[in-house]
Amino acid sequence: MARVVVDVMLKPEILDPQGQAVQRALPRLGFTGIADVRQGKRFELELEGPVDDAALARIREAAETFLANTVIEDFTVRVEEEGK
Amino acid sequence: MTTRVGVVTFPGSLDDRDARRAVRLAGAEPVALWHRDKDLHQVDAVVLPGGFSYGDYLRCGAISRFSPVMDTVIEQARAGMPVLGICNGFQVLCESHLLPGALTRNDSLHFICRDQKLRIENNGTAWTRDYAAGQEIVVPLKNGEGRFVADERVLDELEAEGRVVARYLDVNPNGSYRDIAGITNAAGNVVGLMPHPEHAVEPLTGPTTEGLGFFTSVLKQLVNA
Repeated sequence: MARVVVDVMLKPEILDPQGQAVQRALPRLGFTGIADVRQGKRFELELEGPVDDAALARIREAAETFLANTVIEDFTVRVEEEGK
Repeated sequence: MTTRVGVVTFPGSLDDRDARRAVRLAGAEPVALWHRDKDLHQVDAVVLPGGFSYGDYLRCGAISRFSPVMDTVIEQARAGMPVLGICNGFQVLCESHLLPGALTRNDSLHFICRDQKLRIENNGTAWTRDYAAGQEIVVPLKNGEGRFVADERVLDELEAEGRVVARYLDVNPNGSYRDIAGITNAAGNVVGLMPHPEHAVEPLTGPTTEGLGFFTSVLKQLVNA
């Protein structure tokens, strides 16, 4: 089964208070040296058929209209290689 | 004939009953609409109520926006039917692209529940004509993701066209850009509002009765139409 991963992130200019809260907590736990944290979403889509151009085009359409709100979010689509 | 105002119930809506009650107190006939039913049952206007439709999964309002009833609401809103989205309803309207911008996590990360002072900036919409321009009102506000954001160009456009309907006064509870609490589309029939006028319609349960004006406004709008 082929897997396509869609990553959705808030656009850089949109404040990410969740990422900021995570960043503030890290040094308290001893994880220093991290300058910035942005929190996003990852969708793993298992395809019934092959990952061809048509399938990827449909997934991009799904990402554009539904998985991401492109007013505030950017997305990337990539095919995850088979194997371990 | 009585004016019929529909209130949509999505799975996870909370304030649909209060919205129907507000409609009735304003003198119209409330009509319960169901998210899976495309039919609007001859209503003259629609309220999308507050709550956590579809558990706020994916993004607030993102899944509701694709429900069968919304196909018809979007079509009718574009044709001029008055639509008011309150809180989660505002989020649904933004996700539907009937209104610009988006509503994101409060800057404080806290869920905020308070009686909020607002200024009515635009009393020319279908939902605000019973207010005086610049009138200050107090209604409840309760949200976790109520921070209105849009890019500078859109914000400038909203300001220039007088499409900011209400602004937060005294306190900006969620970090909304330019203290924006509510906006309208260019035609003035679609309004999105983060605070809850339907909870301020009776002295027993509300901080004021100053929310009723949204519901009496649409009645007048429809009677005069």
